[in-house]
Amino acid sequence: MAAHSGGLTAVAPSGTAPSAVTSPGGTVSVRNLIRSFGPKGVLNGVDLDIAPGEFVALLGPSGCGKSTLLRALAGLDHDVRGSGVISVPERVSVVFQDSRLLPWDSVLGNVTLGLREHDAEARARKALAEVGLAGREKSWPHELSGGEQQRVALARSLVREPQLLLADEPFGALDALTRIKMHGLLQDLIAAHRPAVLLVTHDVDEAIALADRIVVLDSGRVATVRTVTPEVGSAVDAAGHEALRRDLLADLGVEPVASH
Amino acid sequence: MSAAPVLERPAVEPHQDPALTGRPDVRPTGHRLGPGRRRRLAWLLGPSALLLLWTVSSATGLLDPRILSEPWTVVATAGELLADGRLQENLAISAQRAGLGLFFGIVVGALLALLSGLSRVGEALIDGPVQIKRAIPGLALIPLLILWFGIDETMKVLTITLGVFVPVYLQTHAGLRGIDLRYVELAQTVGLSRAAFIRKVVLPGALPGFFLGLRFAVTGAWVSLVVVEQINATSGIGYMMELARTYGQTNIIVLGLAVYGILGLISDGAVRFFERKALSWQRTLAG
Repeated sequence: MAAHSGGLTAVAPSGTAPSAVTSPGGTVSVRNLIRSFGPKGVLNGVDLDIAPGEFVALLGPSGCGKSTLLRALAGLDHDVRGSGVISVPERVSVVFQDSRLLPWDSVLGNVTLGLREHDAEARARKALAEVGLAGREKSWPHELSGGEQQRVALARSLVREPQLLLADEPFGALDALTRIKMHGLLQDLIAAHRPAVLLVTHDVDEAIALADRIVVLDSGRVATVRTVTPEVGSAVDAAGHEALRRDLLADLGVEPVASH
Repeated sequence: MSAAPVLERPAVEPHQDPALTGRPDVRPTGHRLGPGRRRRLAWLLGPSALLLLWTVSSATGLLDPRILSEPWTVVATAGELLADGRLQENLAISAQRAGLGLFFGIVVGALLALLSGLSRVGEALIDGPVQIKRAIPGLALIPLLILWFGIDETMKVLTITLGVFVPVYLQTHAGLRGIDLRYVELAQTVGLSRAAFIRKVVLPGALPGFFLGLRFAVTGAWVSLVVVEQINATSGIGYMMELARTYGQTNIIVLGLAVYGILGLISDGAVRFFERKALSWQRTLAG
């Protein structure tokens, strides 16, 4: 069973979504995933595979079910009805749109949260240094800027050496400049730690810049899957970048404006 | 440039950065809505003003000593009672009753709040009876408690406990229920055990509510103490005052009131001190 199979507050009623199973090889596989809130189906049979170390961006309009899919993989949908088979690696970390730092714990305490190893503190200090926050261990979360708080959240997820990193619009609440810096930081961190990543975003450019593969979700189904070659993803003026961007916007039902 | 009103500030205060001394500090002063910086011992201002009013009206004869003894008479009485040991003896027994009642009340209130806040079964079993208990004035239980436990210390401590546990329960429970579900999700994703979840998320999250309940509880403990000591006691500050009433000794009654007031002030200050220490992560208007 995955680490997050049980709820902490209440026992899940029967007939709700089955828990994820741990995959032996560290791959992610989702088969015929169905989730519904009330009579309305949110996910209507989603299949998805993520190889170890692969970066997949999940793109789609609001309400297409991308967050529901991520929450299903994170094991956070105890009370949601549905069916399907999910297998995820043993170590899964989640980064949310809000940094979700416990306001009553220090930055260091937030990073070590839930770590049981005896060297947890040393590893947390190292992770904080990696995200450029060495020396801020004793600060309260509210003393940090929004970008810094999200960097702490990244440190908290990476200190667990996840095989799968689930990120639900992690940079959605940040300003444009901070977001660009965070993209670079995330790329460095992923190069160092090599987790598989599922990034939920509504930002086409973010998806192209970061992902190896982009899955477009529409009305609870996988609409299209597009591969991003390293060359295309490397720069905005790379050959094929604009074409991919146009295709993705078309997938999302957006008519591209001539220039912007 | 338009002539926006620019207010000149007074010279830089001496405790500021010496490197800035003498440099002009001209800035537009927008009006602030928060209460401003915290000042040390500012809370003493109100009580001191009250004391001053009492002294002045006694000294000028505005206040008849038969109605309210003069402050100096009360101080002299305190000296006499301290000299023959009656004051500290009664104070000790009163403090012991209040302390024990508070202790048991806090433990019971906090435990019930945890049980009721963390499980649906607990809530179904506990919350209803506590709400019913809340609807019954605590002091209305005294006749029954006397029949059950007599008039000894058990009954007195129990009365205080019953008055104390309700606000502790209510506020802690509300604090617990108010913990953001997002933190619960986070706890799940980082794989916290139930024990660690309670220690790292539930208890700190419920702490602001607990402290609010504690302040109500401390005040409530003194109120219950007065009642049990004046109804049936042969010792304690309340008994001392009740005895003074039969002899018409206003000065002892006022002394008793002053002692209760000082005790209340000290205990509330202590709770607030610990609250500030424990909740230093909070950013609030109180500062």
